[in-house]
Amino acid sequence: MLNIEIDGKAVEVDHGTTIIDAADKLGIAIPRFCYHKKLSVAANCRMCLVQVEKFAKPLPACATPVADGMKIFTRSKAAVEAQKSVMEFLLINHPLDCPICDQGGECDLQDIAVAYGAPASRYAEEKRVVLNKNIGPLVSTDMTRCIQCTRCVRFLKEVGGMMELGMVGRGEHAEITAYVDKSVDSELSGNIIDLCPVGALTSKPFRYKARTWELTRRPSIAPHDGLGSQIEVHIKDGKVLRVLPREKESINECWLSDRDRFSYEGLNSPDRLTVPMIKHHGEWHETDWKTALEFAAGQLKDITNADGGEQLGVLVSPNSTMEEAYLAKQIAHGLGSSNIDYRLRQTDFRLDGKRMGTPWMGCNIPDLQEMDRILVIGSNLRNEHPLLANRIRKAVAQGAELSLVNPMDDDQLMAVKHKAICTPNDMVNVLAQILKAMSGLQRLSLCLPKSLNDLLETVRVWDNSQAMAESLAGLGKEVDLVSPRTGIFLGNIAQSHPRFTELYSLAEAIASLCGATFGILSPAANSTGAHLVGVLPGEHGLNAKAMLESPRKAYLLVNVEPELDCHHAAQARQAIAEAECVIALTAYKSEALEHADVLLPIAPFTETSGTYMSMEGRVQSFTAVTKPLGECRPGWKILRVLGNTLGLSGFDFDSSEQVKNAIFGGQKPSTVVWNSLNNNLRELIDIQVKIKSNVLQRLGEVPQFQSDAIVRRSPPLQKTRAVQAPVAAMHSQLLTELGLDDGEMVTVKQGVASVLLKAKRDDRLPHGVVRVPTALPVTSLLGDLMGEIEVTRA
Amino acid sequence: MLSQESLAKIDRELTKYPADRRQAAVMSALRIAQDEKGWLSKETVAYVAEYLGIPPIAALEVASFYNMYELEPVGQYKITVCTNISCMLRDSDVIVDHLQERLGIGFNETTPDGKFTLKEGECMGCCGGAPLFHINNKRMCEFLTKEKVDAILEELK
Ligand code: SF4
Ligand code: FES
Ligand code: FES
Repeated sequence: MLNIEIDGKAVEVDHGTTIIDAADKLGIAIPRFCYHKKLSVAANCRMCLVQVEKFAKPLPACATPVADGMKIFTRSKAAVEAQKSVMEFLLINHPLDCPICDQGGECDLQDIAVAYGAPASRYAEEKRVVLNKNIGPLVSTDMTRCIQCTRCVRFLKEVGGMMELGMVGRGEHAEITAYVDKSVDSELSGNIIDLCPVGALTSKPFRYKARTWELTRRPSIAPHDGLGSQIEVHIKDGKVLRVLPREKESINECWLSDRDRFSYEGLNSPDRLTVPMIKHHGEWHETDWKTALEFAAGQLKDITNADGGEQLGVLVSPNSTMEEAYLAKQIAHGLGSSNIDYRLRQTDFRLDGKRMGTPWMGCNIPDLQEMDRILVIGSNLRNEHPLLANRIRKAVAQGAELSLVNPMDDDQLMAVKHKAICTPNDMVNVLAQILKAMSGLQRLSLCLPKSLNDLLETVRVWDNSQAMAESLAGLGKEVDLVSPRTGIFLGNIAQSHPRFTELYSLAEAIASLCGATFGILSPAANSTGAHLVGVLPGEHGLNAKAMLESPRKAYLLVNVEPELDCHHAAQARQAIAEAECVIALTAYKSEALEHADVLLPIAPFTETSGTYMSMEGRVQSFTAVTKPLGECRPGWKILRVLGNTLGLSGFDFDSSEQVKNAIFGGQKPSTVVWNSLNNNLRELIDIQVKIKSNVLQRLGEVPQFQSDAIVRRSPPLQKTRAVQAPVAAMHSQLLTELGLDDGEMVTVKQGVASVLLKAKRDDRLPHGVVRVPTALPVTSLLGDLMGEIEVTRA
Repeated sequence: MLSQESLAKIDRELTKYPADRRQAAVMSALRIAQDEKGWLSKETVAYVAEYLGIPPIAALEVASFYNMYELEPVGQYKITVCTNISCMLRDSDVIVDHLQERLGIGFNETTPDGKFTLKEGECMGCCGGAPLFHINNKRMCEFLTKEKVDAILEELK
């Protein structure tokens, strides 16, 4: 510990602390532009100059480590003089366009200029002008305003994992740019808007929409991935105009993924459903709530009375709140149906009834970056969980070894130590090999149960799998760890895998052998919550897949666009089209709901109160940040009134808090959550390791910006380079074998349905896999996400 | 994009640094590329970056920082005259005027036949030999006089 003094205040700090950190700790403000606590120190703006006793020259506080007995003055004459000079210098070339600058009112340069700047400039020469760059649909540039702090450059390089911006030129000619005409494509790119201390980088969708001081700021929770990022929604005249992160070190730090930041534009989509609608003789009619609900209740009653509750299927989106999920379940049960599910994109349900509790990520989010060895199975990390990918990137940067078992080799922008890129079917084999290799490692004296051992008897372990096992066990050529912190995680692809059960059981077995944390990375904002609430088929109930395979007469859909959100688009489309009655609670008019009978306008997350439970089991409630649009109503209210109209008991709730209380039985959420999170299996499951087949398998991934109804309608996100016309991608060898050329049109067929797509060469895929994205209108005629697929020349 | 010979040279440079620090060779690699191509087009810079496994913008930062890298086409012989203080005191102006007159071009211009480009340079750390210029970053010509300049130009023609 070192004792120092800043502006006369004594403080004790750790070795290696910089002056700026020490001052921050004391609450003494030192002005800064380039320094950011999450980025490397560049010390290039010089705004943080302070006077230090016994030093002739002022020192940059951000880059000067303190020494014992140091006396620092941040407001002495010498310090203030230095700061004033730097300020004057920075303002030499800065345009005075604050009145039309979106950063005005929340600009570091503006604020610091007021505090440290001179009232007028002595600079009478010409100011320099820097041409603006087009770096994509999300971030707008006004490069003349740039003060070359390089925060944006460092962020993309250090946090984003890919240096997409740089400073070219030197001295007066230095400017920030992407390489020639490239755009910034990072899935975290929006953060550079927050980081830029001036108005050089601002939000493109928000450009000229409002002055910052006109906005009302309300806290909320991001509704897309399973991380539960904390956000602040900015509103003017009842309209959401932008979304920023709230700083929460243990979840999203101070970052936000582009999906969470820019999806709000989908809330203002012209597709929004604003009045209840009923279909009469094939024609849609607007109606009032009472009529709509009575009609819906009547239909539901008629069918369940006549044909039994089992003719009703209830599908709940995992992006719905816990309250909505709970009430939907109550309605299903009230009508005598146990067909209810939220796992819309899952295909393998053999684990049902065998779990000990609610699946979760097995640890807390920050734990990830402390891990030494990580195995990720079936996840396109950056696409699925952008900020989680960032945590793993940090771990890797600190020396962790990352292993991947994936059906595609997309660049995760971090060093991967071992990887097995293989067909979805082979992923199971690889895990079996890792398990076998693991059980044979001498340091782990554990043995596998006989049944598993027999099963693995004939498995031959490849070198790669052996290496992964050794890595997970902590053995290593360079770093040999006795008790490494290890994590094994299953991603979205694994969860919609046709042999999820095998992946799960094998991964769990591997984890228990090497003492690893075993976790499931929940795909959606409330996947874990929906499980906890029990939105799951009852004993004789049908799961999400079965409900579509053996079509029901009636469906209740909560926030679901069936052919875009379900694992088997064609089946979903047909089941909904042929059902006698489909009641859809939806925020959007959608082609996917063309065959519904009643559309009830539900409020999206900004217009309702509710609760999400994140993948780490964090229960986060939020309130409505704005009034519902038109006749929209919060989902919990609609479901409550529907329950009442149906004459069901247990629907007397006056607020979403009461629903929440009912969910947690009046107990503290943390108590309930603590007792229910558990990834262990009750028993060993019969698994089949060897499946050899020579069929082509589809890899039907959900593109990042198609994951749910709101994101799909955000124009800026849809304009990014990540969104491209769907193609049938495959390895060049496969292209040759099929006699196809890169770029030619092919017929892609699953079952009876087929679509025309461009073939694309993609050597990041294993042989035998055709990657055709899902959740897009074009591919919504196709079938199973990971089913068999045929490709022929069109 | 680059000849085998140049790539071999870059590979040799790479052996001077740890295998996971390929970026360290960026300056030499750009120099070798420029020697072959005469100047560094955006494509060349991107190619070098890819060869080293670094983002193209990282290579461009370096290429645009040092002024001995040419990001625009130059003539066969690039003559960079120092006009900094010591050279100025030793009449570099006379040399500059003479060059401009002989070649019929100003600074940052290239003769129509594509032979010569004239550039202004800063102190090259050889003030002892002032006035001076160098040709193609490689050949330093010191103690210049009009006559000496004529002789050099003659030789290069
Ligand atoms: S654009 Fe903004 S963040 Fe980037 S260097 Fe310029 S001032 Fe800094
Ligand atoms: S904040 Fe210290 S030099 Fe920029
Ligand atoms: S001033 Fe010309 S070499 Fe130094």
